[in-house]
This record gives sequence, structure tokens and C-alpha cells, in this order.
Amino acid sequence: MAPTPYLELKDICKDFSGVRALETANLSVAPGEIRCLVGENGSGKSTLIKIVAGVVHHDRGEIRIDGHSFSRLHPIDAIREGIQVIFQDFSLFPNLTVAENMAMNTLLAERRRLVTRRRIRDIAGEALSRLGVELDPEALVEDLPVASKQLVAIGRALLQNARLIIMDEPTAALTRPEVRRLLEIIRALKERNIATLFVSHKLDEVMDVSEQITVLRNGRVVADEPRAAFDAARLVFCMTGRRIAQARRSAVPERTDTPLLSLRHLSRKGSFRDVSFDLWPGEILGVTGLLGSGRTELALALFGMEPATEGEIRIEGREVSIRSIHDALRNGLGYVPEDRLTEGLFLSKSLADNAAAGTARDLAGRLGLLPPRAVLRFGEDWIRRLRIAAPSASVPVRNLSGGNQQRVVLARWIALSPKVLVLNGPTVGVDIGSKSEIHAILEDLAAKGMGILIMSDDIPEVLHNCNRILLMKRGRIVEEFDGAATDENELARKLAG
Amino acid sequence: MPSRWNMLWKKNEFLVGLTILGLCLFVGSVNSAFWSLPNLFDLLRSSVVLGIFALGALVVIVSGGIDVSFTAVAVLSMYITTKLLLAWGYAGPFLWICLLSCSIGLCLGLVNALFISAFRLPTLIVTLGTMSAFRGFLLAFIGSNHISVLPQAMVAFSQWDLLRGRTPDGVLYSLPGAVLFLFGAALFTWALLRYSMLGRGIYALGGDAVAAERVGFSLSRIQFFIYGYVGVLAGLGGIIHTSLSRMANPFDLVGTEMNVLAAVVLGGARITGGHGSVPGTLLGVGLVVIMNNSLILLGVPSYWQRVAVGLLLLAGTAAPILLARTRKRPHAGEEERS
Amino acid sequence: MKTPLRFLRDENGLWRLLLVTAVIFATLSFLVPGRFLSVRNFASMSFQIPEIGLLSIAMMAAMISGGIDLSAVGIANLSGILASQFLLHYAPEGAGGTWAALVVAVSVGISLAAGAGCGLLNGLLVTRVGIPPILATLGTMQLFSGLAIVLTRGTALYGFPDAFLILGNGYLFSVPVPLVLFAVAVLLVGVLLRRTSFGFSLYLVGTNPTAARFAGLDNAAILVKTYMLSGVLCASAGLVMFARTNSAKADYGVSYTLQAILVAVLGGTNVAGGFGSMAGLVLAILSLQFLSSGFAMLRFSNFSKEFVWGALLLAVMALNVLGDRAARKMQGRKNGTAPQAGGETEELR
Repeated sequence: MAPTPYLELKDICKDFSGVRALETANLSVAPGEIRCLVGENGSGKSTLIKIVAGVVHHDRGEIRIDGHSFSRLHPIDAIREGIQVIFQDFSLFPNLTVAENMAMNTLLAERRRLVTRRRIRDIAGEALSRLGVELDPEALVEDLPVASKQLVAIGRALLQNARLIIMDEPTAALTRPEVRRLLEIIRALKERNIATLFVSHKLDEVMDVSEQITVLRNGRVVADEPRAAFDAARLVFCMTGRRIAQARRSAVPERTDTPLLSLRHLSRKGSFRDVSFDLWPGEILGVTGLLGSGRTELALALFGMEPATEGEIRIEGREVSIRSIHDALRNGLGYVPEDRLTEGLFLSKSLADNAAAGTARDLAGRLGLLPPRAVLRFGEDWIRRLRIAAPSASVPVRNLSGGNQQRVVLARWIALSPKVLVLNGPTVGVDIGSKSEIHAILEDLAAKGMGILIMSDDIPEVLHNCNRILLMKRGRIVEEFDGAATDENELARKLAG
Repeated sequence: MPSRWNMLWKKNEFLVGLTILGLCLFVGSVNSAFWSLPNLFDLLRSSVVLGIFALGALVVIVSGGIDVSFTAVAVLSMYITTKLLLAWGYAGPFLWICLLSCSIGLCLGLVNALFISAFRLPTLIVTLGTMSAFRGFLLAFIGSNHISVLPQAMVAFSQWDLLRGRTPDGVLYSLPGAVLFLFGAALFTWALLRYSMLGRGIYALGGDAVAAERVGFSLSRIQFFIYGYVGVLAGLGGIIHTSLSRMANPFDLVGTEMNVLAAVVLGGARITGGHGSVPGTLLGVGLVVIMNNSLILLGVPSYWQRVAVGLLLLAGTAAPILLARTRKRPHAGEEERS
Repeated sequence: MKTPLRFLRDENGLWRLLLVTAVIFATLSFLVPGRFLSVRNFASMSFQIPEIGLLSIAMMAAMISGGIDLSAVGIANLSGILASQFLLHYAPEGAGGTWAALVVAVSVGISLAAGAGCGLLNGLLVTRVGIPPILATLGTMQLFSGLAIVLTRGTALYGFPDAFLILGNGYLFSVPVPLVLFAVAVLLVGVLLRRTSFGFSLYLVGTNPTAARFAGLDNAAILVKTYMLSGVLCASAGLVMFARTNSAKADYGVSYTLQAILVAVLGGTNVAGGFGSMAGLVLAILSLQFLSSGFAMLRFSNFSKEFVWGALLLAVMALNVLGDRAARKMQGRKNGTAPQAGGETEELR
């Protein structure tokens, strides 16, 4: 194999205020190699690439790039050595054209004072030809679809004479054909001896494109082998560390006459089509599918944010119209959103405020009076009930860990006692310990008769906690699994296939 | 080429231009005096100071900030300049007067930049503070009297005309040379925004400040330039205003900043930053000036002026939003979260 | 937790502001003891505080919601002029008795209703049309003050009945009526913000509108109500203003908009929304009033007040930033809190 690696990380350690993010992690990338870095959310992937980009400094360990050793790597060093990171947000300027976005770095590097349209066009033309794609250089980036924005970012990286391009979850927002095109581009880069570090947790793409795979779990490298050494099942095992079947959900709800929630032929143009299923009281139903499969859109439709355009929704047998969040709440539907930090929490507000956000009106006494003390008591009550680790109910939620933050959001919804609670990615960015405690909370709610709908692409999560699992692909429900009778490999294969 | 035509409709400049044309045709048909040379010269004359201020405000808005202090900067610079010149008994050319006023403006603008860049304070709050401080400083410590005897060069400047004429009934009219300053400032700002790396940096800053920093722009350098440049333009506008009105009035100008911001926003600059152009801004200035002027020609009492500008501003900001809503593409459900 | 720099970590800068106010008070009491600490001075200050105070409360409410109300003075003038015209028509100067009292009561009602209407328009422009608050209220500022000019044709109205003048000049149990009105507004709005479910929701919407929507709050209704509240407060400021000066003019108090923002910001209201307290606002207005009165006594010109207000705003904001930075540095060293997995909390501010 390649004798001298282009990039070499040895025994990298990194703590964030006492929390270990990386523990003696090793990583090497040979010139022109396509390597995948995989791991679950919170496994340390993003910390590792930030260290390589020089944005975050490692505490201990060694970094060697192209033979040079760096005790403290700065962003400018990384760029000079030919490392380009394409972050998930692309760092593009939405208000500028494709050509200007591509040319900006080069122009800055040339320390120019004046720019001409022609110069910009030439630089962009160069990038586009290296990339081998057609893009209108005069189009505004904000008007482009996500896949094209990504191409712009890659094109910009190529112009910097990149020798290693790091892509952070590059396929998160792409459609299948777009993913295929991206993988082709990555292979084409290899032809020109440009290495790619592809960060992902999507098994199929990883298996498809990579030559070498490094798996991170809880800040440690647990596997570092050629692609041929893995199959999907082994990869999943490495990522999650679980092979032996954990205790599955055993409580099977009694099916009453009428389901709690039933959907019939629910559709929304461009998002999902013809979705039908029943959810019984006390049942935990999983909806799984990759990003873009329509699971989030389905959840948003149930919560009235992006209402369905066709089909019917019945709650306890009664047909309801859900056109707004207000409708959803009135009909007993709750929703724990996907992105906890921007959609779920008021980061600068206290734990108590966050917990009481949904119930303020019910907490208030006559005349709508709501003494701050009542809110605080409410928060302290929920700290006890959900065992939230927090010094008091008045600390800002910003200071809590992911697992405790998610418990605060859960408290908000449990307090409203909805009939059906929809959770989108309930344990994303939550450490393993908290994960199972959150699952226990959901279990408990179901036991009390609540219907629970988990939208998640975390395979063990849905397998171990759901009575039934629905698989969504391209906006449709394509298959139903029995939670107790399916194994991880089968589900992983179906999810990826 | 249907796409070209579509592009044109999407261009804000085109829509504002169309509105102006419609307004002109309407007013012209009601009162033919609109198209007369004296009236057109009058429109240009009223655009000079408003336009120069608007160019500065444009640069700030493109960068994603907002500046309300430029009128205070203008008054303070012009008043100090006038007082100094009178004290010195200055009798030289107008150019040096301009330079003096612009340099004072520059210093005041840099005060804004210092607070914005070093403390990362919201631009609106900083400029509100400096506006109050500058104006208070002027009235409390420099002077609060009208000065009506101006240095010779300023008087001469106000009499400098490019074209002169006399209407059939004997009224004199003229095109003041001051419009050249507006055109010069516009040309320079246009070239700066379009053809300099600094200009592209201003757009980049307004588009995404974090990305701009990652790419390698020095945000504080750009901000110092922006607020300094606004200060220079404010100083220029202030001294021209004083010369044209032949009086240094310390109570003047402050209060007109909202008019200026209205013109810039009508010209297509987005208050959220990243968008806006010099031609658009000039059109926006034109629209505001014509609107005010045409009310008189239409026989509408002048006290309707503010109502008209208010409605214009509301319509001008609401229209693009409502248009965008109807044009909203169907694939809006696509996940674009990071 | 007790460290010498603890006061720096105080979130809304309330203690710092209290300190500033106390220092200003002490300094002036020392410099001009006979006149600053006099009944006469306090009486005159209590007539000056309410107008700008009411406008500042209105501004703070809009700012907590994440917006701003540049039309505040426009609303005050327009609603006040509507009320004045009604008043002058039915009870001109010299009118007395129950009739006059009745007319004054109705005109007050008209003014407050007009204020609420103006606020409604602002709220609808922001929520239904979707214009950013700063632009929407910039437009309505022109519109409202424009309409006020149209109604009066640019002239001043004067000669109000005594029953109306009480609002601006009268005493209630030897306390100036405007001060009573201001105190009532402080109390009512203070309770509304801190001790009702509406206020609770308002702070949340201002902090993070997206999360508020996902929590099931009705953002649009909350914002519309807030702008209406702001409108009513502006209208009451207009009434006090016109009653005190016994005249109504369309362009009265133009500089008050900026002063109101200044007071709100100085009082710790966050321009980005979600933070702001009545206690801070009252402290801010007291410190500014002490300064202005003190300056008048020290024979500084009236305009120096404007200068000092602006400088004080900048100084306090800069001090807040420096304090936060110092506090964060200290906290970073003590590593008391657990960050997100991956340590991305810093970037999410």
C-alpha cells in the first residue's frame, strides 16, 4: 500500500471542559486515497476533522502532513499544506454568483486589490473544467439547489490546489442521483491524486465509494481497515458496538377497537405520498428511512407545520383536519423536533422556562397570572420526574448536556399529555447512558397508553424500542417490520438498499 | 430569450425604473410643467445631498449593518469646517473645504467603526449612540447659531451652474454644478463595490460574515473602511448642503436619515445585507425625490408628503416579499438544514 | 462561586446599572447639594420622566419580542392629535363641569384606541406581510406622523380644557399626575411581562421564534398583541405630552424615538430580543434624568444632555461586552459546565 501517508494523526487526544471527545485517535490518509470516516453522532468525527482543519487544537498527539510535523496546526497551515474542508454549511455567499464564490479564495490569495469580471470568469471556468460539470457561472448561489451549492464548494476547494478534500456529511441533503454524481466526482479526483476523507454515517455510500474505512466510537478508533474487510453488518456493529440483541420491547399493546392515530393515503406534493398506517394506544411505532426519505416531512405534516395536501388523518376514529400547529395541539398531537438546538430549545433561557414553554397558559392562575416561582417549581418538579442532571431549574439550558437538554424538551411535551407524541431523532447527539434513559421514559409513556411515533435512522434505536417499524423510501412506506422478529443486519441492508 | 426577460423582471432596478416611468408619465399628463427643464433641474438639485447620503447608507446596508448617524456626522463636519474657515479667514478654493469636511467626517466615521468592530456591538445601537453624541457635542460645545455669512468659495460654489436658462416668463433656472459631485461619488462607489476586492468583501460580509472570515477577509478592516467611507460621504454631503442652502444651520439634516434609508431600501438593497446596487440606489433616490416633487405639481398640499413617502416605503418593502411568496417554488419541502 | 468579579457575570447588567445610577446620584448630590437634593428639583424631574418613560416601555416591549418600534413617536402624535381635535371640537378652552370631564374621558379613549389601531397595523405588517420590524415601523413612522401633519395641516392645536391639562400638570395627593400614570404603567406592564403567561411567551418568542413555533406558541398573535400594547403606551405618552405643554403639534418630540431606544438599551434590553426588564428600564431612565437635571444645574447647555446620553449608551454597552468577555474567560478556566458532544456550543450563539 501507499508507503508514506499524506496525512497522519497519531494518538490524538482532545478534551472539552473535562469531557473527553477524542481518546488516542489515529488516522492516516495516503495520497489519492478515498477514506471514509464513519461513526454515530457524537462519536468524535466532527472534532477530528476540526483538528485536521486547524479550527480546533488537539491536547496531545502528533499531526504530520506531507512529512511536516505540527504541534499546533492553524487553519492557514492546513490550507497551505493542501487540506480543504467542505463543512456541512458549505460556507458560501448566497448573495454572490457561482463564479464569484469559486474565485473568492484565489483572488484573496493573490492579494489583488481590483477584480475584473473576466478574471473571475476565467478562474471559475478553470474550476468548472477541473470539476467536469456544467453550472451557470452567473447564477446566484442562493437560487441553486443544495447539490449544486456543494459542487461550488468543491470547485472552490479544487482551485486551492487541494491534495486532501474533507467532506463533512456531504450527502445529507442530496437526492440519489446527486449522490451518485458526487461519488463519481470523488473517484475522478482520485485520478488526479487528490485524496478524499469522506465523513458519513450512511452505510451504503460508505461501502460504495471507500477504499479504506476508519470507524470511530465514543472518541476512539475501533476499526481501521480496507473496505473489503467490512460488510454492512460488521460496519454497523463497529459503529454501534452492539451485536448481541438487547432486550427488545416486550410489551405488546392491546389492540382496541379504534387505533389512536390512523393515516389513510396521506400525501404532500414533493414530500411524501400515499402514507397509511395505524398507531394503537400504548404502541411505539418506528418510522425509519434515510434523510430525504420523507420521514421529517411526514412528522411536520402531522404537527401541522407543512400540512398534508391529500388523504385523511383520524384520531381515535374521528377524522380531523390538521392545517396548523394549533390544530395539531388541539387534537392531542405533540412533536419533539429534529434539531434540538434551533427548533427545540431557547438556549439562553432557563431550564424551567424551556420546560414550561408549552404549558404556560395552563400553569397560569386567574387573570392569566403566572408567578415566576410557579414556573421554577414546575421546572424543579420535572427535574425530579425525568431525573435531569441540573443544579437547579434556573440554569440556562445552554449549559446542559445533550441528553439532559432532550429531557427538558420531553418534559415540555409530557406536561401537555398528548395522545400521540411524535419524536424526530429523539437521541441524536445524546450519549449512550442518557440514550437508554430517554428510551425508558418513552417506554413508560407508552405503558400509560400514549401512542409514540419515533422517526429515526438509528437502527438499534428503532429495533430495540419499537413494536413495529415502517421503512420509508422516496416518500413512501415500502415495508413493515416486526420489531421483535427483525435483526439489525436485515434492517441495515433494507435501509441502505 | 424568455429567460433574459424573466431575469429582467427579477431585477429590482427594472421594477423601480418602471415605477418611476409610470409616475413620470402620470404626473406629466396631469401637469405638463413636470417635463419642463426648470422642473427637471430642480429634481436633480434636490437629489444631490440625498443621493450622496444614500450612497453611504447603501454601502453599510450591503455589509449587513445600518447607520443612522450619518446626518449627525454631516452636520458636525460641515459646521466645524465652516467655523474653522471663518476663523481663519480662508479665501482659497472649494476643493480644500471639501477635503477638510470629509476628513472630519472620516474621523467621526472611524469612531463608529471602533465600537462596531472592537466590541462587536449591533450597528444600529452604536450609530444611535454616536448620532446622539455627535449632535449633542455640536450643539453644546461647538455652537448652535445659524451662520449665514459663508466663506467666499462656498458662495461661489452655490452659484456654479452647468447650464442656465430663462423661462419665457422671465424666471431664471439652472443646473447646479453640485450634481457632478453626486455623479462622481456614484461612479466611484459603483466601481468600488463592483471592481475592487474590498467591494466584493463588503458583499461577502453582508452575505455571510462567518464564511467571509473563513475565506480570509479581515472583517475589522472592512468595517473600518465602510464606516470611514460613510463618514467621508457624510462630510461631503454636509458641506454641499450648506453651500447650496447658503447657510450653516446646526439643526439641519438630522431627522432626514429615515428618508435616505427609505430611498436605499426602495432601490432594492435588502436590510438583511448582501444585496443592493448603486444604480438601484440612484433610482430609489429618484423615486423619493420625484414623489415629493410631483405632489406639488399634482396640486396635493405639501403636508401629504410624509404620508406618501410612508406608503411608498411600505409598498416598496411589501411588494418583493409578496411577489416572492407567490413565486415560491414547489420543492420548498426539501431539507436544507445543516 | 463568590469571586470578586462576580458582579461582572450578572446577566442583564442590572447591578452594574444600579451602581452607575448611584454614582451619578452621589456625584451630583455632592457637586450641587443644595439644588440637586431639593424638593423643587425632584418635582421638576417627576414631570419630565413620564413622557419618555412611557415611550421607552413601549420600545422595550417591541424589542423583547425581537423587533423594534420606530413609529413610537408617530403613534403618540397621531393619537394625541385625534384626541385633541375631538376635545377642541366638543370642549374648547374654558369648558368645565361634567360635560368637559366626559369629553376628556372620551378623547382619552379615542387616543388609546387609535394607539392600539396603529399598533395593530404594525403587528399585521410584521406578521402577516412579513416585513422586518425595522422597515415596517420605519414606514409607519412616516405614515403616522404624515397623517398627523395632514390632520393639523402643519399647525399647532392649543387651548385645552382644564380637565385635560390635569393629565400633564395636575397633582394627585401631591404626587404629579404624569408620574402616577407612569408608575401605573410600570406596574401594569411589569406584571404583564414577568407574571403572566403572555409575558412568559413573549420572552420565548423573542429568544427563538422557531423554537417558539415548535413549542406550539402562536407567534403571530403574541407579536400583534405586543405591538398593540406598544401603541397604547405611545398614545398615553402623547396625551401626557400634549396636556403638559397645552398644545398639540404633529412633529412634537421627534428625537424621542432615539431616546426611547437609548433608555431601553441602557436598561439592558437586548436588541436581538428575549431580554429586558422593567427594573433595568426604570434605573436607566432615573440615571439619565439625574444627569440631565444635574447638567442643567451645572449650567451646561441643554444640548450637552444629548451628548452625554449618547456617550453613556456607548460606554455602558462597551462595558457590558468587556464584562461578558471577562466572565466567560473566568468560566472557561473553571470549566464548570459540560458542553455539547463535540463541543460546538460556542459557535451556536
